[in-house]
Amino acid sequence: MIPDPDQNPLFPNDDSTACLVSTEAFEGPLDLLLHLIKKNEVDIYNIPIAAISRQYLDYLDLMRELNLDVAGEFLVMASTLIQIKSQMLLPLSPDPETDDDQVQDPRAELVRRLLEYDRYREASALLAAREILDRDVFARKFLPPELDIEAPDDALPEIDLFELVDAFRRILAKAPKDSFHEVGSENISIADRIADILLYLEGKESVEFEELFIGTNTREFIVASFLAVLELCKLRMIKLSQFENYGSIFVRSAIIQEAA
Amino acid sequence: MMSDISLKQIVESIIFVTDSPLTLDRLCSILEEFEREEIREAIASITADCRANGRGVELVLVAGGYQFRSRPELADYIRRLKRVKPARFSPSSLETLAIIAYRQPVTRAEIEYLRGVDSGGILKSLLDKKLIRIIGKKDIPGKPLIYGTTREFMETFSLKDLASLPTLREIEELADSGDDTDQVPLPLDGTDELF
Repeated sequence: MIPDPDQNPLFPNDDSTACLVSTEAFEGPLDLLLHLIKKNEVDIYNIPIAAISRQYLDYLDLMRELNLDVAGEFLVMASTLIQIKSQMLLPLSPDPETDDDQVQDPRAELVRRLLEYDRYREASALLAAREILDRDVFARKFLPPELDIEAPDDALPEIDLFELVDAFRRILAKAPKDSFHEVGSENISIADRIADILLYLEGKESVEFEELFIGTNTREFIVASFLAVLELCKLRMIKLSQFENYGSIFVRSAIIQEAA
Repeated sequence: MMSDISLKQIVESIIFVTDSPLTLDRLCSILEEFEREEIREAIASITADCRANGRGVELVLVAGGYQFRSRPELADYIRRLKRVKPARFSPSSLETLAIIAYRQPVTRAEIEYLRGVDSGGILKSLLDKKLIRIIGKKDIPGKPLIYGTTREFMETFSLKDLASLPTLREIEELADSGDDTDQVPLPLDGTDELF
């Protein structure tokens, strides 16, 4: 059917399948495919790829028309569907890599992924149905929830940012202020310091915060080291802890070493 | 002097004042003058008391330890007290948590293959909520981080240990389907190398 140019593009009338797709948000392409399979009541082991691909693409079109971002993953799945569809047009030949004359259905991997995805979706429903702490069941708390800092696994107290900044200022204060400014001084990158610090922590239980600043004690070095520490904290690759107020801050690697 | 103190009272009070689930091992090390079996019996007796007397709290085993928790039927009343929004999980974070819980240790790439979508943001928020943690790096090219669930995960979902996660349908059954379903199976043989 030739589309009427005056027709509002949001409401295409040439294809009834467009009305079948809902605008509810899908978690991803697998979610959308499962939805289409269930909606069409087709056998998951024998997916009519042509029809399903068609509806899948219609849905993507609709998303675009509604100005929703179509995530890259949806497009990857679209090309996978089309690839499967074209493979199915070719005569099936026995797989030369296996001896038996069983033929590989081009849909097999997709079916497996869908089934597995469905299984984890079921699992997530089971989790959601459990007695969830602070939703269904409650336990005593020693701190109001907003102050409830959860203890790390091995119960070393963690420190807050201000203590860290204080420590940083102490170190910075120790750095020679003086010195003649050397133009074109060395360039220290945070990335380098991250790598250095990780290397330094490797195999050590924990080191004092100050130790990380030993080396060239120029301000650039100290600042780069401090930013590297912050970055590593953010990436959760190190943990900082302090045993007493205003005590030394200790740095530990948060990456558990592989058992050799 | 107070010889009428029972072990049951001691155990009950210790569990009551502890802010996280208390393991039997820990109880035994605190109460070293008592036998492990006696302590176990005291716990069982407290648990039974809570049930039999229709108390508002029950003694439950979560994350390997014992904790008093309010009964789920009372949630509405407690929420009035707390005036906080109940813990909520989005479908995508539950999906990701389920995959990590059942497949751990698992890499981000494996999670994303199973979900079919980028999961970086979800992983970060689950890390922030301390429901998952980085447990190391996988010894394959690129050394990707591997994720697992935490003690907080078990506490949040009232699991006594990971083995008590609800059992999943086995995917293997599906591979040789046809026996337990009346659908015509695809020739799925030879797909094993996919996993």
